[in-house]
Amino acid sequence: MKKDINKTAAIKLFISRVVVYGILIFLTFLCLFFFYLMFINASRSNAQLQAGFTLIPGGNTLKNLINAWHDTNISIPIGMKNSFIVAALSSILTSYFSALTAYGTYVYDFKYKKAVHLFILAIMMIPSQVSAVGFIQLAFKYHLTNKLWMLIIPSIAAPATYFYMRQYLEATLPLEMVEAARIDGSNEFRIFNEIVLPIMKPAIAVQMIFSFVGSWNNYFMPSLLLNDLQKKTVPVMIATLRSADFTKFDMGKVYMLMVMAILPVMIIYVILSKSIIKGVTSGSVKG
Amino acid sequence: MDKKLKSAEKRSISYAKWGYIFIIPFFVVYAIFTLYPQILTIYNSFFEYYRDGLNIIGPNFVGFGNYAKLFSTNMSGFIPIIKYTGNTIILWIMGAVPQFVVAMLLALFFTSTRLNIKGQQFFKTVIYMPNLIMASAFSMLFFAMFSKVGPVNQIILASGWADQAIDFLAMKVTVRSLIALMNFLMWFGNTTILLMAGIQGIDESLFESARLDGSSSTQVFLHITMPLLMPIFIYVFITSMIGGIQMFDVPQVLTNGIGTPNNTSMTLIMYLNTFLGISKNYGMAGAVSVLLFILTAILSTFVFKTISKK
Repeated sequence: MKKDINKTAAIKLFISRVVVYGILIFLTFLCLFFFYLMFINASRSNAQLQAGFTLIPGGNTLKNLINAWHDTNISIPIGMKNSFIVAALSSILTSYFSALTAYGTYVYDFKYKKAVHLFILAIMMIPSQVSAVGFIQLAFKYHLTNKLWMLIIPSIAAPATYFYMRQYLEATLPLEMVEAARIDGSNEFRIFNEIVLPIMKPAIAVQMIFSFVGSWNNYFMPSLLLNDLQKKTVPVMIATLRSADFTKFDMGKVYMLMVMAILPVMIIYVILSKSIIKGVTSGSVKG
Repeated sequence: MDKKLKSAEKRSISYAKWGYIFIIPFFVVYAIFTLYPQILTIYNSFFEYYRDGLNIIGPNFVGFGNYAKLFSTNMSGFIPIIKYTGNTIILWIMGAVPQFVVAMLLALFFTSTRLNIKGQQFFKTVIYMPNLIMASAFSMLFFAMFSKVGPVNQIILASGWADQAIDFLAMKVTVRSLIALMNFLMWFGNTTILLMAGIQGIDESLFESARLDGSSSTQVFLHITMPLLMPIFIYVFITSMIGGIQMFDVPQVLTNGIGTPNNTSMTLIMYLNTFLGISKNYGMAGAVSVLLFILTAILSTFVFKTISKK
């Protein structure tokens, strides 16, 4: 009798496992299929692409790459360079200054400390698009369009990164350590740069990755600010592909341009996926 | 304890100024690049102020004129702000419902000791990946895939499911579904990971004792997992809503900024974007922004309550 129950339980478990793995495999397929097709199509010539669909790579990768690289209407090398400058500098500034601000409100006791902290939390959820109108107006008024630093400097004030850094400090930085350093005679800036920053390395690494990716992918503000081909970033260029007459394109080249837009982040992700996924959870509310 | 507190206060007097110094860069940048533009945006919303060819009209004070315009029927016979808010909500719901259902299921699968799923790291890595992909390129990819001459139509024609190519980008249902599918793919992995962390934060002994009491897994879910997960669930849900209000890249690139067909996939931010192009209609754009601000502010208070309570 008991054996029977065990048996049915085992069968039930087996069936539910099959169903669950089935769902997981289906979702994996869904997540990878379109990207797989993108890579395949980027390796095929325009004629091959017109002829039909296949899952096997064509032999045109290098040619598409050269065509895409030298396309003067898009100028993807310039776009990648601009995007890289903006993303790299933003990620450095945002993580350093968020850490500095978080340290400022965590370690020091000043009159408006609590108010400052709550203020930053309050503005955290306000989308950047809400201030875009005024931002664009000022940019045109003072002739600051097509200036990459207009996309870089604002990243110094990043409330969400601040919140993350602050939580990290609360969890990892013993205040006694700061005091010990003071007794040793270090000044406050040196304590932050030489003692606190190294402790925050994991948090800074995670935020630098997220900031880099976010900035690399950012489309809304750059599309409004950049209209000079020499200053455009990759997403703006990709969007111009869409607005041009699609039927006249060498589609192999178009797929290759998409690969070039997406691949850098994919490479970063493949190398750092473990810490990125860990970073997703530690940035939100604690359970 | 009291003594310690007092000595801490004494120390604070000499170091307080460093607190201010360290937060100065943040607030200076915030004031110049965010706060001032925001105030200017609100100010603009009360003015008629746009470009007409080479002429700049305004700024002329019109009170709530721009808002009245947003809420009145336009030349195409609909009320713009109502229609575009509706579109945004529909598009968000179409993506968010499967996103939360699937994410909840996956989070339960991954945390189930009974199922003991292998290869979790692999699955998590794959399902989170679309979240990091450039949304505009992802959308462009979908456009190429689902265009009349794209691979999807090639498959359909080759397999004989239809006699002629389906124009996915010309029908309301298919355009909205494609946008929803992209949003689903981009966000369900992220939601799964967050909900999973929430479930893992629940005291294991609660599940243990429920099992010993002979509760079914449905009962455990309804009476233990869900109530205890609620704060995190609400947080993730509302941040998703706030993200939904900001939906832009995907529909913008897929429909080339015009929300085909017949403005049925035009979102609020796309609408805002139309005023910031050549017309530089700062007045109307300001009014749309203020409404967006109010909408997100209402939602944000919930998030704020969650994160500021310690």
